[in-house]
Amino acid sequence: MSHLLEVQNLTAAFAQEQGASISVDHVSFYVDQGEVVCLVGESGCGKSVTSLSLMGLLGKGGAVIDGSVFFEGKDLLRMPQAELDRIRGNELTMIFQDPLTSLNPVFTVGNQITESIRAHTGLSKKEAKERALGLLSQVGMPDAKETMKKYPHTLSGGMRQRIMIAIALSCNPRLLIADEPTTALDVTIQAQIMELLKKLRQDRNMSMILITHDIGLVANMADRVLVMYAGQIIEDAPADRLFAQPKHPYTRALLNTVPTIRDRDRRKLQAISGIVPERYDKITGCRFADRCPYRTDACSAPQKLYALSAGHTVRCAAAANSPA
Amino acid sequence: MQDTQNIPLIEIRNLKKYYPVKGGILPHTVGWVRAVDDVSFSMMRGETLGLVGESGCGKSTIGRLLVGLEEPTEGRIFYQGRDLSTLRKNPKEMRRIRTRLQMIFQDPYSSLNPRKQIYEILAQPMLYHEISRRDTIHRDLRRLLDMVGLPETVLGKYPHEFSGGQRQRIGIARALSLHPEFIVCDEPVSALDVSIQAQILNLLKELQAELKLTLLFIGHGLGAVSYVSQRIAVMYLGGIVEYGDAQELFAHPAHPYTKALLDAVPIPDPAEKNRPRQLLQGEIGSSAAPPDGCRFHPRCPWARPQCKNTRPPLQKVCSDPAKQSAFSHDTACPYGQEGSLSEWENIS
Repeated sequence: MSHLLEVQNLTAAFAQEQGASISVDHVSFYVDQGEVVCLVGESGCGKSVTSLSLMGLLGKGGAVIDGSVFFEGKDLLRMPQAELDRIRGNELTMIFQDPLTSLNPVFTVGNQITESIRAHTGLSKKEAKERALGLLSQVGMPDAKETMKKYPHTLSGGMRQRIMIAIALSCNPRLLIADEPTTALDVTIQAQIMELLKKLRQDRNMSMILITHDIGLVANMADRVLVMYAGQIIEDAPADRLFAQPKHPYTRALLNTVPTIRDRDRRKLQAISGIVPERYDKITGCRFADRCPYRTDACSAPQKLYALSAGHTVRCAAAANSPA
Repeated sequence: MQDTQNIPLIEIRNLKKYYPVKGGILPHTVGWVRAVDDVSFSMMRGETLGLVGESGCGKSTIGRLLVGLEEPTEGRIFYQGRDLSTLRKNPKEMRRIRTRLQMIFQDPYSSLNPRKQIYEILAQPMLYHEISRRDTIHRDLRRLLDMVGLPETVLGKYPHEFSGGQRQRIGIARALSLHPEFIVCDEPVSALDVSIQAQILNLLKELQAELKLTLLFIGHGLGAVSYVSQRIAVMYLGGIVEYGDAQELFAHPAHPYTKALLDAVPIPDPAEKNRPRQLLQGEIGSSAAPPDGCRFHPRCPWARPQCKNTRPPLQKVCSDPAKQSAFSHDTACPYGQEGSLSEWENIS
């Protein structure tokens, strides 16, 4: 069976004064129908660049220099613009961290939803409005009719994110990419939005790529988890397995570095010393080595991904060879 | 000399801070935003109090009031039993007291002057307040940087040359430079990456123990707050709705809002994926027009008709006086006492 989305060796670079810097380095993964895949990592690790590359939204200065992205068997990076435009926003859509900058401030909410419906479906104005009303109540807007007339700035952050989700869902997408959709929101609102995404996924059998740095959200949402560090995927595993048996020293540290309300024994938090290296594409060996407590001489050699059992891969020779 | 052992280091009584809302063609005050509305609590020396709540609940305003960045509309703040509002009339004494009350800000990017070298940022206040002298400043700065884990070479650099975590260390060094007793930490790790957050939280905890500091730790990340705090105060729309020992409060929340807040936090364990949770409907109201009665009642899954009438005060959760002394735990929900929450669960 082929995958809904299959990314192979995706490599993206940005032009800089000192030459191109590779911010996403040979990233490969897949997403199946109805699956939620979480992309986890700290800021600057390349997770957003990965998702923007998939959508062809890298913008000025950035370019995909290698790899392919197969969506339903067709390569998004090598298809005519017209075909890409048909798929993007239709079957493949995205929501962003900051809903205020993603909405146009001078048009009403209703205007923006119906516009995107009409652009993709060719429905009449009236039919598009009907569908917009339906979508708004699906995403839990209390008074859909009133909301249609409002401008984005009059809505709260949680409401704006619901509008973004309504727009993203307007054409029944098969895959939704959610890039830190709740980072800007309060925790009770975050819970509402996540519950909504879960429900929509169930009702529509929709696939999702959720990009986040919140380990709690990952545990709550993911079927599979990809951990990124310095532009590379360093671990890839089913969620249950990743939390039960994290292999890469960075993943282990990441899981231990988050204080939770259940940690009532007041153990000392395990901190990861140092910071994410700049210009990590210049590092030939393991990119985590200078922060890794288990570093050995072997770590200065380039690390490849090792396949373990049960769909678990890890980019660390020592972790792959250790018994437990 | 007063006995400083038994009086609280910081005490606030019925503190209020209202901001005017301007409107009309000729701008005039058309209403008030009640950012902080009748809040009282006290902190003993060496204690860390965590103040949690969602954005707009007034937690940062309390922090700013405590260090004197804002003046209260009503109510009093006592520092070692002395009223700050009367001390304000004595500028010299006030100047001395301000050095004892310091603040660490959320955003380490905007809270450091970009035009000044770190040397100036740290040394100027120490020299001005005569904490150090020209001939000892270098030794004192070295000691200060050592405490926050930075090398001496940072002194000649400018803020933009540092990462977020390092800048927050500089912010902490600046707060410590005047030998304060009390520090307000206003979301000090919210702007930092997860791997850096733990470094800063551990540093704050170590410094607190080493220097016997009293901390007010403001945050919306319940995990981070509970990690550093002995006591927790939960705020909703300008008022404290629950207050108590951290362990007790998280284990047995006695206010529906606290319970919902705990339920909303995702637990980093896939086994908890489908735990039963009470999710809140609607959004936090506006402090400009807070609801009558209990301010949480429009969102409360267990609200009863009488909740709309009067604003409930904080009361002891445990009605048995013998047990009360063992731990402190107050709730502003009259139905939150002694196991009523399990009763609620049966209703819902």
